Amino acid sequence: MDLLAIIRIAMRALARNKMRSILTMLGIIIGVGAVIAMVSVGQGAQLQAQQQIAAMGSNMLFVQSGTVNKGGMRMGWGATKTLVYDDMVAILRECPSVAAAAPGSQASAQVVFGNDNWATNINGTEPQYFDIRSWPFAEGTSFTQDDVTTAANVAVIGETVRKNLFGATDPVGQTVRINNLSFKIVGLLTPKGTSAAMGQDQDDVILVPITTLQKKITGQDWLRWIMVSALSKDASYTAQQQITSLLRDRHRIRTGQDDDFFVRNLADVADLADQNARLFTILLASIASISLLVGGIGIMNIMLVSVTERTREIGIRMAIGATEQDVQQQFLIEAVVLSVVGGAIGILSGMGASYLITQTLGWPVLVSPTAIFAAVLFSMAVGIFFGFYPARKAARLDPIDALRYE
Amino acid sequence: MATIPQSAAKAPAEGGSSSLIQIDDLHKYYDLGETKVHALRGINVRIERGDFVAIMGASGSGKSTFMNILGCLDKPTSGRYLLEGIAVSDLSKKELATIRNRKIGFVFQGFNLLSRTTALENVELPTLYAQISKEEGRKRAREALELVGLGDRMQHYPSQLSGGQQQRVAIARGLVNHPSILLADEPTGNLDSRTSVEIMEVFQKLNDDGLTVVMVTHEPDIAEFAKRGIHFRDGTIRRDERVQNRPVAVEVLKNMPALED
Repeated sequence: MDLLAIIRIAMRALARNKMRSILTMLGIIIGVGAVIAMVSVGQGAQLQAQQQIAAMGSNMLFVQSGTVNKGGMRMGWGATKTLVYDDMVAILRECPSVAAAAPGSQASAQVVFGNDNWATNINGTEPQYFDIRSWPFAEGTSFTQDDVTTAANVAVIGETVRKNLFGATDPVGQTVRINNLSFKIVGLLTPKGTSAAMGQDQDDVILVPITTLQKKITGQDWLRWIMVSALSKDASYTAQQQITSLLRDRHRIRTGQDDDFFVRNLADVADLADQNARLFTILLASIASISLLVGGIGIMNIMLVSVTERTREIGIRMAIGATEQDVQQQFLIEAVVLSVVGGAIGILSGMGASYLITQTLGWPVLVSPTAIFAAVLFSMAVGIFFGFYPARKAARLDPIDALRYE
Repeated sequence: MATIPQSAAKAPAEGGSSSLIQIDDLHKYYDLGETKVHALRGINVRIERGDFVAIMGASGSGKSTFMNILGCLDKPTSGRYLLEGIAVSDLSKKELATIRNRKIGFVFQGFNLLSRTTALENVELPTLYAQISKEEGRKRAREALELVGLGDRMQHYPSQLSGGQQQRVAIARGLVNHPSILLADEPTGNLDSRTSVEIMEVFQKLNDDGLTVVMVTHEPDIAEFAKRGIHFRDGTIRRDERVQNRPVAVEVLKNMPALED
């Protein structure tokens, strides 16, 4: 008997018990759909993490002032006053792998514009900070090196600050008050979103010249951080070593003593984030695969019931000339048809679910052809694997006993 | 299943035998672990083309075992069974399936039709396992249904048909591959007396057209419609005789009161 005829017979047998066939398929539909949706979400997340890190600059290094041990009390990051502007100058001068650097200090303050006010982070830095972070302006420009020299009251704001303080008003050229000082807004940054590496809203920020922050707001002359860009991603590891040994030397830290600063290499962070996203994908996919496995067991269960229930039919078919092979093929094809049709519907519903996730949660979702291809193959394999035993059981029936079966 | 040491019986149809069925010294044992049941004890029988044989006997007489072997559903433990000169007892399972498909038509007591499948599709079933085209199979199925007088019921499901009509569908299914022999196992066992005679009418008509029919029955008045009666007892043939004063089903029906539903 040719394959087409067997498929036709199998379809007819499945159509005879529609409700059961649909319920059995549901297991595979959910399984395949879940695999596709989850892999799509996972790969989308991975892609987003990669894009965010690429936008952040993978050749970036972040030097933070470190912890200090005061008579047994450890103070946490940023507690030391040892990281200073001259350290940055030294890094630029003495570390050959470093391309650029920007100093940074930080304060929290209430910002007032008209009747509105907003608590946010005030960061003091220098203009090259925006280049290092490759952070373009939506409007206006950066403050200048002259502004730094003169400690001018000028500020650059992030998107979140604009939204909360200005609403529909054009912020550039407006004046805000920070700690009772007037600041002129000179630039608005493009939105960068939530940082994948740090998990904070990067747009909730105001940037002012470092000198302005130190002299007029905090009154501190040390730095909280230095943002460094290496010559390349590969150079970032040597840059990290160069900076570490330079700063240990400058801060007179003896061998065996802990650093009073901390160098974070964003290439590491990028790799870590990438690894996390990949792990996330694998985890989602394996959970979804379990439901596919359960769906397969459902098929096996129903096929076994079907074989028992249709013992007489098998007897009739054998009596009128079906060979063992014919019977085995029929039941195997029934299982494969169930799983493949279920798989096809599952692919559609998985893609639908991916689309819904994109629409409602705003996550990037990447429906990968690989996942679809794998799902089709896998559902066929499930059909064959879980259909084989019941089909064999059917084929091994003795026609005389099968005909006599009540 | 026991394999049979057969060497002498390989040569088909020697001695110019023209019998449709030739059975020599057929034995069948069932091994039930501790006990061995000797179901058939040396059966010798020939059935010629165009005969209509009724096989009778009490339950346990061996007639069902004999029918199963005759229908190639079971193999004898020893002895020789030639069907159209083919030594059936030597064939593999797969070859037996082909023999059942091409040479034998089955009719069962319980009709054994597939439910939720139309009469036409039920009759078509054996053609699906034969090497014939779908169109040819459908054409033959229609012809077979018309032959048993169900040309107007082709699209009916078994549940929409009476017992007699279902049995006619089963007969049509048995005929669809143009077999050499029609084997009927208690074909009237589930039918009332008038419908039973109607089935005998179909059998007699088919037999008159040249089809060989072998039927197992325990009802003596049904056996009368055959041309020959073979009586089984304790695994052997007790009596084998031509039926005298054989009734013609068409005539009998004329004198039977039509049953009102």
